[in-house]
Amino acid sequence: MADAHPTLAEQFDDLPQQRNAALLGMWTFLATEVLFFGGLFLSYTIYRHAYYEAFEEAGRHVKILYGSINTALLLTSSLTMSLAIHSAQVGQQRLLVRFLRLTIFLGICFLVVKGMEYKSDIDEHFVPGARFEHGLPAQAQIFWFLYWIMTGVHSLHLLVGIGLLVVITWMARKGRFSEHYNNPVVISGLYWHFVDVIWVWLYALFYLVNRN
Amino acid sequence: MTSPEIKIIPRNTYLLVWGVLMFLLLLNFGLAEIRLGPFNLVVSLAVAFIQTLLMLLYLMHARYDSGLTRLFVIVGFVWLLIMFDLVLSDYLTRGGVPSTLRDSWKHGAWPAATNNFPAGFSTNGR
Amino acid sequence: MNATLPQTTTPEIPDPPQRLLTYFEEGGHTLGSWLLTTDHKRIGILYLYSILVFFTIAAFAAAMMRMELLTPTGDLVTSETYNKLFTMHGTMMVWFFLIPSIPSVLGNFLVPLMLGARDLAFPRLNLLSWYLFNFGGLLALYAIAFGGVDTGWTFYEPYSSAFSNGHVVTMVAGVFVAGFSSILTGLNFIVSIHKLRAPGLTWFKLPLFLWSTYATSIILVLATPVLAMTLILVAAERIWGIGIFDPRLGGDPVLFQHLFWFYSHPAVYIMILPGMGVVSEVITCFARKPIFGYHFVAFSSIAIALVGFFVWGHHMFVSSQSVYAGLVFSLLSYLVAVPSAIKVFNWTMTLHRGRIHFDTPMLYALAFIGLFVIGGLTGLFLAALGFDVQAHGTYFVVAHFHYIMVGGMVTAFLGGLHYWWPKITGRLYPENLGRLSALIIFGGFNVTFFPQFVVGYLGMPRRYHAYAPEFQIFNVFSTAGTSILGIGYLLPLIYLIWSLKHGKKAPANPWKATGLEWQTPSPPPKQNFAQTPIVTQRPYQYSPEIEEEFIHG
Repeated sequence: MADAHPTLAEQFDDLPQQRNAALLGMWTFLATEVLFFGGLFLSYTIYRHAYYEAFEEAGRHVKILYGSINTALLLTSSLTMSLAIHSAQVGQQRLLVRFLRLTIFLGICFLVVKGMEYKSDIDEHFVPGARFEHGLPAQAQIFWFLYWIMTGVHSLHLLVGIGLLVVITWMARKGRFSEHYNNPVVISGLYWHFVDVIWVWLYALFYLVNRN
Repeated sequence: MTSPEIKIIPRNTYLLVWGVLMFLLLLNFGLAEIRLGPFNLVVSLAVAFIQTLLMLLYLMHARYDSGLTRLFVIVGFVWLLIMFDLVLSDYLTRGGVPSTLRDSWKHGAWPAATNNFPAGFSTNGR
Repeated sequence: MNATLPQTTTPEIPDPPQRLLTYFEEGGHTLGSWLLTTDHKRIGILYLYSILVFFTIAAFAAAMMRMELLTPTGDLVTSETYNKLFTMHGTMMVWFFLIPSIPSVLGNFLVPLMLGARDLAFPRLNLLSWYLFNFGGLLALYAIAFGGVDTGWTFYEPYSSAFSNGHVVTMVAGVFVAGFSSILTGLNFIVSIHKLRAPGLTWFKLPLFLWSTYATSIILVLATPVLAMTLILVAAERIWGIGIFDPRLGGDPVLFQHLFWFYSHPAVYIMILPGMGVVSEVITCFARKPIFGYHFVAFSSIAIALVGFFVWGHHMFVSSQSVYAGLVFSLLSYLVAVPSAIKVFNWTMTLHRGRIHFDTPMLYALAFIGLFVIGGLTGLFLAALGFDVQAHGTYFVVAHFHYIMVGGMVTAFLGGLHYWWPKITGRLYPENLGRLSALIIFGGFNVTFFPQFVVGYLGMPRRYHAYAPEFQIFNVFSTAGTSILGIGYLLPLIYLIWSLKHGKKAPANPWKATGLEWQTPSPPPKQNFAQTPIVTQRPYQYSPEIEEEFIHG
């Protein structure tokens, strides 16, 4: 233990053990995230089954252009995140920082587009409540309630992801990572990809399936 | 406890996966504009499923991970299935016992299950 | 170290001259050394302080309720205050005492020791989860102090969002935050048990406490997030004034119950599985016999955790849930009885022809088995659809789950606390007082809760501050039992604190027990072991035939 690697925490014997523990920890956390969103996906399923027509009518008012642009942005950010991990694994410090920054940038772009979409939703009174008047059935408000909660919680996750990557970028600039030690990059990458996976489903459920 | 050397996936794999993901996005976008009836739902969800699979397997390296990690990848989704399954077992059988069914023991008839669940929603199920 | 009981081939424990610094001494005694510690043993003790505070508050609420119920008329508190009291009692006991009791206190202390590890996999995360827990607890206390909550611990919709006047949002936020603390603790345990086992410590050499902790962690990790999201929906609906459980929009309040019980029924097993783990350790040590059917006991923990996820609908038999779903849930609920019964039979067989020593931990363990059997069997009554329609919402249910939660979990917690007290503090507690208080608690508990089975069967509904006069005799028994129980809980508090200064110094292994935690000094050094142990034998290699008469202390 005396000649242990400086990045090895005292409770671990060697770097692979530490790496495996970190990976397993993140996957466990992602399993909790699946169930965290799970209750909402379940609610969506039940209410869409019950109020099929109302959901269809409500779904026509969601702005598909914003949603599609955002999907493309997130998918691309997943690519840059993967490339960042690759750079860390082969020890290319500058490329790592560059890809991380690109990922953060794409994440911010997503939030900006989402913000614009939210603004137009508010302007057109698609917020459930007293001012929700569109001649839509009452159950359409359930659709919009789920829309706000689910995309809102997702955006919050993305915000956390951006915060995480800012810290990782800062660490990368300090030269903390090498081909031997890059757990934090890999772990944050898993989280980032997962937020992306959630969005793919949100995109399908809110923007696509109710269009016809 | 130690694992073999971490597999480094070549950049081209990532680029290829990204290409496929973007293609699927366009496909999904395009198909949503076409009237396919109930198949719109099927197609959209199938595409989302494939995209999820690609991201889990390649971008998140589940394909290259140990069996234990793969188990942890799956377990969250299995539990989601449990939740869906048992909750839907309630909603899809709502509406209570039809009167014909209640008397069925008398004449041995077992009528087809009725599924009037949207109506049963607000009427306390009975 | 006892030569006849070698579980491991550890290097010898250093003798007093080259004594290692204990975890109390190393790092110092300053407040900062405790509040910023990442040592799992210290964090375990921090949790002990926290849950003691929450337990006291919840117990106070219980005492007030029992006082009110002494007479049939509502004369001590108004019905509104009474609603707030039982909500306070339920939320505090469930989320801020029972769920963290054994996992976070004993689990934190013991998991790395039993694994032969230096710490948990993520020590800083562990400290964070203690802070989250306290933050959540403070939010809940704030809600109680400034207005209270009257929804019951279940926050049923639409009452909680549309009608309740209490601080529901603050309370819900407190539970939400505490939930994240649970998730992080469970995650830490799962990863540690997978990745930090000492060389040679294979899964089937693990102590049964670790098996049950692992099963508990599965539930913590997979159920809690659903509760978190459900609580967000309740808070959103309350703030927004509109939401997906709102019947005015076509929403279904029963969906809330589904989501809530998807968490809360498995959470019931969070509140019993760790107790089963403690009892498995204690029974085999004080019967001086290897556990009967190790594999069955181990797998039954996992089975309870899994099957526990399939049965939540039995809380909803009288909601508007479909009768077919009720039927399925009723049948599935019976399944849980199988692994639970396996455990009880195995403990009993372990006692059979053992050399039984009635020390305090053993008394608690035996009490646990008896009370758990009553609580479990009455659970089967309630799992029967037809009977539940009658008994739902009566004191029969209250008695049933208190036999599990208090008779089971609290008893096991006290047993475990006594069993590992020498290891945690390095001091022995006074044995006679320990036995006395165990007996007082057992007696007081039964006087309190057994009459509630009867009065519930006769039809007294729960959650009312007044009741029909013919039920009074049972309630008088209950209230009298509560005061006995109160004395039983106060005694250990007093003599355990006393023993910190005046108790006899504990040897490394006062019970001549097997298990890695006993192979290091009491209290252990910060690094737990002088050298990483290598495990070569299965656990619980006790042999009553060879052993000398066992005298503790």
